[in-house]
Amino acid sequence: MTTASSADHPTRRDFLYVATGAAAAVGAAATVWPLVAQMNPDAATIAAGAPIEVDLTPIGEGQDIKVFWRGKPIYISHRTKKQIEEAQNVPLSSLPDPQPDSARVKPGHDQWLVVIGICTHLGCIPIAHEGNYDGFFCPCHGSQYDSSGRIRQGPAPANLVVPPYQFVSDTKIQIG
Amino acid sequence: MSGPSDFQPTNPALKWIERRLPIFGLVHSSFVAYPTPRNLNYWWTFGAILSMMLAVQILTGVILAMHYTPHADLAFQSVELIVRNVNYGWLLRNMHACGASMFFFAVYIHMFRGLYYGSYKEPREVLWILGVIIYLLMMATGFMGYVLPWGQMSFWGATVITNLFSAVPYLGETIVTWLWGGFAVGNPTLNRFFSLHYLLPFVIAGVVVLHVWALHVAGQNNPAGVDIKTEKDSVPFTPHATIKDMFGVTCFLIFYSWFIFYMPNYLGDADNYIPANPGVTPAHIVPEWYYLPFYAILRSIPNKLAGVVCMFGAIIILAFLPWLDNAKTRSSKYRPLAKQFFWIFVVVCILLGYLGSQPPEGVYVIAGRILTVCYFAYFLIVLPLLARIETPRPVPNSIADDVLSRSRGKIATAASIALAFVVAGGLFAGSTQTARAEEGGNAPPAQKWSFSGPFGMYDRGSLQRGLKVYKEVCSACHGLSLIAFRNLADPGGPGYSPAQAAAFASEYKIKDGPNDQGEMFERPGRPADYFPSPFPNEQAARVANGGAAPPDLSLITKARSYKRGFPQFVFDFFTQYQEQGPDYVSAILRGFEEKTPAGITIPEGSYYNTYFPGHAIKMPKPLSDGQVTYDDGSPTTVAQYAHDVTTFLMWAAEPHMEARKRIGMQVFVFLIIFAILMYFTKKKVWADAH
Repeated sequence: MTTASSADHPTRRDFLYVATGAAAAVGAAATVWPLVAQMNPDAATIAAGAPIEVDLTPIGEGQDIKVFWRGKPIYISHRTKKQIEEAQNVPLSSLPDPQPDSARVKPGHDQWLVVIGICTHLGCIPIAHEGNYDGFFCPCHGSQYDSSGRIRQGPAPANLVVPPYQFVSDTKIQIG
Repeated sequence: MSGPSDFQPTNPALKWIERRLPIFGLVHSSFVAYPTPRNLNYWWTFGAILSMMLAVQILTGVILAMHYTPHADLAFQSVELIVRNVNYGWLLRNMHACGASMFFFAVYIHMFRGLYYGSYKEPREVLWILGVIIYLLMMATGFMGYVLPWGQMSFWGATVITNLFSAVPYLGETIVTWLWGGFAVGNPTLNRFFSLHYLLPFVIAGVVVLHVWALHVAGQNNPAGVDIKTEKDSVPFTPHATIKDMFGVTCFLIFYSWFIFYMPNYLGDADNYIPANPGVTPAHIVPEWYYLPFYAILRSIPNKLAGVVCMFGAIIILAFLPWLDNAKTRSSKYRPLAKQFFWIFVVVCILLGYLGSQPPEGVYVIAGRILTVCYFAYFLIVLPLLARIETPRPVPNSIADDVLSRSRGKIATAASIALAFVVAGGLFAGSTQTARAEEGGNAPPAQKWSFSGPFGMYDRGSLQRGLKVYKEVCSACHGLSLIAFRNLADPGGPGYSPAQAAAFASEYKIKDGPNDQGEMFERPGRPADYFPSPFPNEQAARVANGGAAPPDLSLITKARSYKRGFPQFVFDFFTQYQEQGPDYVSAILRGFEEKTPAGITIPEGSYYNTYFPGHAIKMPKPLSDGQVTYDDGSPTTVAQYAHDVTTFLMWAAEPHMEARKRIGMQVFVFLIIFAILMYFTKKKVWADAH
C-alpha cells in the first residue's frame, strides 16, 4: 500500500496508514488483555486463600496432621528427639539441596516441622513416616525426604517447601 | 473459492506448503484478488459485521463457559459470581449478552438489505437459503443461551418455547418430555441446553463457510443488481472491500459499546435477575426483542397448532422467496412499486415486534391479526403479483455506469436511512421494556441519583450510610447473599479499608464446619465470608413473615422495574436512563400510608403502599424518622434513609459500575479516533476507484 512513495520521502498517505495500523494494534492488544486476565484466580479464590490458624495441642510427639491452605496439603509434624537429632546432624555437603535444619523450623520450636506436602519432582503427595530417612517417601517416582523435609534420594530436585507461617502462641500457628 | 488460483508464493517455505496444500492460493483468490462490485454501499458491510459478531460470541462464550456452572441450583449464582469476581467478568458477560442482540440487529439489516436489492434471485438461491438456515440456527442458539442464567425469564421462556412442540398432533407430549428430559423444565433441560448452546455456534460457523463459498461462486450482488461484466466494474477485495468493511465494523463497535458499557441491561428483562422459580410465572412473559415479531404472530392465531405453524411458517417462507418473487429486475431501486411495498413490510415487522411486547388483549390482538395477514400477504400475494404487473425502470448497462451516474445526494440519503434504522432499532429493542407493566401501582417518581448517566459514580457517604441502614433495619429479614465482607473494601464500593472490612466482618457470627468432632460451629466472620442470611431456609423466612418470604436484596435494584411507556423508552436509550429499579425501591420505602385510602380494601396482614403493584404489601413500614443515627450530620429522615439504602443496594447489584463507565469512556475515545482514522484511510484507498 506504500507503492506511491519511497522510503526517503514519506508522504501524508504513509503517515495515515502507519497511524491507522498502530491504532489497530493498540486496540487489539487492549482487547486481548481482559480475555487473558480472566483466567487468573478470581477475587473469591484469592479471598479464600487468606491465612489460616492451626491449633497444635492435639498433635502428640511423633504424630503429624495434614491441613489444607490454598488448596495445598500442609504437613505439620511433631518431631521426636531422634528425628530432630538426625535432621540436625546430617553433613550439609551430603545433601542435594543443602539447607540446615535450623533454616527450616522456627527458632525455639525445633519439634515442629511445617512443610507443603507436595513433592518437588512432579507434584504428588509424599507419604509421611516412610522411606529410609525417617521423613517422607513419594510413591510416584521414589523420591525420599528426611525428617526435615529435605530431599535425600530420588528424582526430586529440591527440598519440600516451607510455607510462610508464624507462631501466634506456643500452641498455635498461622499459615499464610 | 472461485476456482484454481494462479497465486504463487515466492518464499520457498510457503511454496513448499502451497504445492502440498494450496491454502495461500485459496485465501488469495477468496479474500485478496476476489473481484468486488465497485458500487457496493455500506449496507454490504454487514456481512463483515456479522462475521465479527459470530467471532465475538464464540470467543466470549467459550470464556464464560470456563466460569459458568450448568446446574439448576448453581447456574444463577455462578453467572452473578462471574460478573462480580472473575477478572473483567462483567465486561465479558455484557459483551456476550448484548452481543446476542447486536448479532440479531445486524442480521436483520443484512436480511432486509438482501430483500431490498433482490440478493436472493437467480443465481443466489442457495446462498439465500443457507442464510435462512443460519438465521434459524441463530434463533435456536439465542434462545438456549437466554435459558442459561436460569432467571425467571430464562425458566419461563424455556417452558413456553418448549411447549410450542406440544402442539404437534399425537406426539406433542412425548416430544416435550423428551426435550425436557423430565416431567417439567429442570436440571436436565438446563444441562442439555448448555451443551447445545456450546455446539450450535460452531454449526453456524460451518454453514457460514458454505454461505461465503456460495457467495464467492455466484459473486456479490450490488445496489444496481447487474452482474460484473468487465474489469472496470470491480475492484479487488483487498484492500478496497477489506478497509471499507473494517470501517463499517468500527462504527458498529461504537454502537455495540454503548450497550456494553453504559446500558448493559437496557435490552434485558428485570425479571431475569430473579432466580428461576418453578412455582410462580412472571406477570408478562416476553421473549427477547429479536423474537417479538414472531411471538406476535404466534399470539394472533387463536388456535394452538395453527399459531405454532404460522410462527414457524413466517420464518420458513423466507426460504421460498426466490420462487415467490420471480421479477427479472433484482434491485428495488428500479422497481417503483416493490420499493414502496418493501418499506411497508419493514414497518409491518417493526409494528409486529411492538405488539409482541404488549399484553395480548383488546386492540393489540386485532392489530396483531391484521399485521400477521400483512406479513404473509407480502410474500404470498404482493411479491408474486408485482412480478407480473410492475413495469421496472431501466437498469444501468453496467456497474461502472451506475457509479458514474451516482448523485451527490446519495450520501445524505444513506445517512438518514442509517439514522432511521438506529431510531427504529432503539424503539424496537426498547419496546420489550413496555411489557413490564406493574398493574395497579403508581409510577415511582424519578429521583436524582449520583450514579446515573455516563459519568455517574456512587456517593461514598451515601453507600456507607446505606450499609448502616441495611445492617440495622433491612438485614433483620432480608439477605444480601451475593455480597462478601471483603467487597466493602473493593474499589468503586463504600470505600472502607481492608482492615475496616475485616473488623466489620468479625462482628458477624458465621456458621462453619463440620469440625474434627463432626459438629457445626459458629465463628467470627472473615472478609471472605458472605453476608449471612437472616433465615436458614425459604420456608423459615416464609413462616416468620406472614407467608411472603422477604427477597434477597443483592440484586433487587436490577430485578425490579416499572413501565416507562412509549416514547419514553426511546429517549431512555439516548439519555442512558436506567434507574427504574432504584426509583422503584426508593418509592416503595417511602410509599407507606398509615390509612388505606377510601374505596380500596387490602387483605388482612398486608399494608398499604402507594407504589407497590396492587398496593397490598406484606412488609410493614420498615423505616421511620430518626430510627438510624448518622454520624456525619445527614438528615435522619425516611427520605434520606430510603435514598441511602437504595444507593447501597444499587452498588450491591452492580459493584463494578464505576470500572465499567471508566473503561467505557476509554473505549469510546479510542473507537472514535480509530473510526476517524479508518474513514480517511478508506478514502485514500478508494481514491483511485471512484
